[in-house]
Amino acid sequence: MQFGIFSVGDVTTDPTTGRTPSEHERIKAQVEIAKKAEEVGLDVVAVGQHHNPPFVASSPTTTMAYIAAQTERIILSTATTLITTTDPVRIAEDYGTLQHLTDGRMDLMLGRGNTGPVYPWFGKDIREGINLAVENYALLHRLWREDVVDWQGRFRTPLQSFTATPRPLDGVPPFVWHGSIRSPEVAEQAAYYGDGFFSNHIFWPASHTRQMVALYRRRFEHYGHGTADQAIVGLGGQFFMRRNSQDAVAEFRRYFDNAPVYGHGPSLEDFAAQTPLTVGSPQEVLERTLAFREYVGDYQRQLFLIDHAGLPLKTVLEQLDLLGELLPDLRAGFAEGRPAHVPDAPTHASLVAAANGPHDTTLHAVDDVTGTTDRDEVLA
Amino acid sequence: MTSLVVVSAGLSNPSSTRLLADRLATATVETFGELDVTHVELRGLAHQLTDQLLTGFPAPEPAAAEQAVREADGLIVVTPVFSASYSGLFKTFFDVLETGALDGTPVLLAATAGTAWHSLVIEHALRPLFAYLHAVTVPTGVFAATSDFAGTDLGSRVLRAAGELAVLMGKTGGSSGVVAERRHVDTDLAAATPFEQLLRQAGAPSSARTDPTV
Repeated sequence: MQFGIFSVGDVTTDPTTGRTPSEHERIKAQVEIAKKAEEVGLDVVAVGQHHNPPFVASSPTTTMAYIAAQTERIILSTATTLITTTDPVRIAEDYGTLQHLTDGRMDLMLGRGNTGPVYPWFGKDIREGINLAVENYALLHRLWREDVVDWQGRFRTPLQSFTATPRPLDGVPPFVWHGSIRSPEVAEQAAYYGDGFFSNHIFWPASHTRQMVALYRRRFEHYGHGTADQAIVGLGGQFFMRRNSQDAVAEFRRYFDNAPVYGHGPSLEDFAAQTPLTVGSPQEVLERTLAFREYVGDYQRQLFLIDHAGLPLKTVLEQLDLLGELLPDLRAGFAEGRPAHVPDAPTHASLVAAANGPHDTTLHAVDDVTGTTDRDEVLA
Repeated sequence: MTSLVVVSAGLSNPSSTRLLADRLATATVETFGELDVTHVELRGLAHQLTDQLLTGFPAPEPAAAEQAVREADGLIVVTPVFSASYSGLFKTFFDVLETGALDGTPVLLAATAGTAWHSLVIEHALRPLFAYLHAVTVPTGVFAATSDFAGTDLGSRVLRAAGELAVLMGKTGGSSGVVAERRHVDTDLAAATPFEQLLRQAGAPSSARTDPTV
């Protein structure tokens, strides 16, 4: 079981002080938060991709590479990579490069995005959102698995004799998660490919997440990737902790009441009852989180949203300290009663092992005239 | 059992909007026969509907109301007229319904207002909304100004609209006496109304002239 954090990378005014951080501060804060996440023992840190204010996260692989250079163990991921408006060829290249630079210490989660105008800004039509996700991923999937691709689709220029470079590290493409708040088509897509399915979880009631994950598990088995309880499931989560429950509620309420997503709407108490948000003591967060299993089954990855709504960096780092203290209990709790045939989340190492070891898949250019490669000449 | 859901958006209590909703529901049950009737009073859901606008998901109470509407065999919707149109609360409820929730659902449109100046609100505001939602609207809408509650022909319009809704909801056993008969001058020429009857009608309440059940 992996534990980690995900962030959308928003620049939001702290409602308790009226102070708004600069983009520079927020970009640097993402790095501090990631380093702290590794320090407290977390397994994954995921960054977002947005193309409009108030978000600073427009270039996830740049941020991921920078974080990777300053960490040793934590897995870099995304929440999410926009498969709709980003050219799948660029995704193959950017994340393919990142895979080499990080020695496989990365994966990615695909999503459709949350802002309508991003589609036209990138020359796409939001009404084609699902179709874009389906077609673009079908191409990305081939680019990482076939050395030379001939391809034609509705949404981008056709490709003839195209090779996406670099080829995947050790011959194993990065693991892909498909993230969704409420689109059953995304669960179906993840199941079809045998990829991971990540339910956002935090913005909708548990009853909805239960249905989405059940659909994914059922279809994962249908497509022959294993039994339903072996499907690769990730969940979002959201908490604010203080040692004393009342302190957590008192401190977080003003952030909650003014939060960009749900602020000025339901009360903190109603929202906490209707969604997985937990505001309270570490013990309360532990119990609530362990109970997620009751409606999605044993799963593979739990990511928490803790860096949002204008919370100052100092507070976010304190939340990470508390989460670090809770980790042994979370790991023990999730290990309890977990059947042996339920797999862990795939990592580069496990994927290489499953492929019977590493293979160098570098494609050497062929000389048009002699039909030989550079390597042949060197070897000769 | 066939289900009828009555959505009313009145804000006061007692409410003339609810009063009209009840009359329409009663008339529909009387015409159709046994019906499972659910009332959705939007006033009590106002806060939670606003929350749903912001969060994107319904709290349990509006979720139950939205499910009832989604599964209804027929709908009666009644709004007060605010600023020359349906009320914001009324619109909010239909804004948060899932796309396709009303596809093909028979809907009786009704509205209340302080004066008769707003009497076309059903045609210029409600009917386009429900056309957009792909509902099947009952041809007769029922508009009631305050003065209609002291008039004599509200009852006949309620009956006519309820009859049309009942037929759209699948009332069997013929529609005669439920939906107004098609009229043509040939009919009047073939069987002219005796003058004694015209004389009686001239002195009778207006509902006697137009009530299709008479």
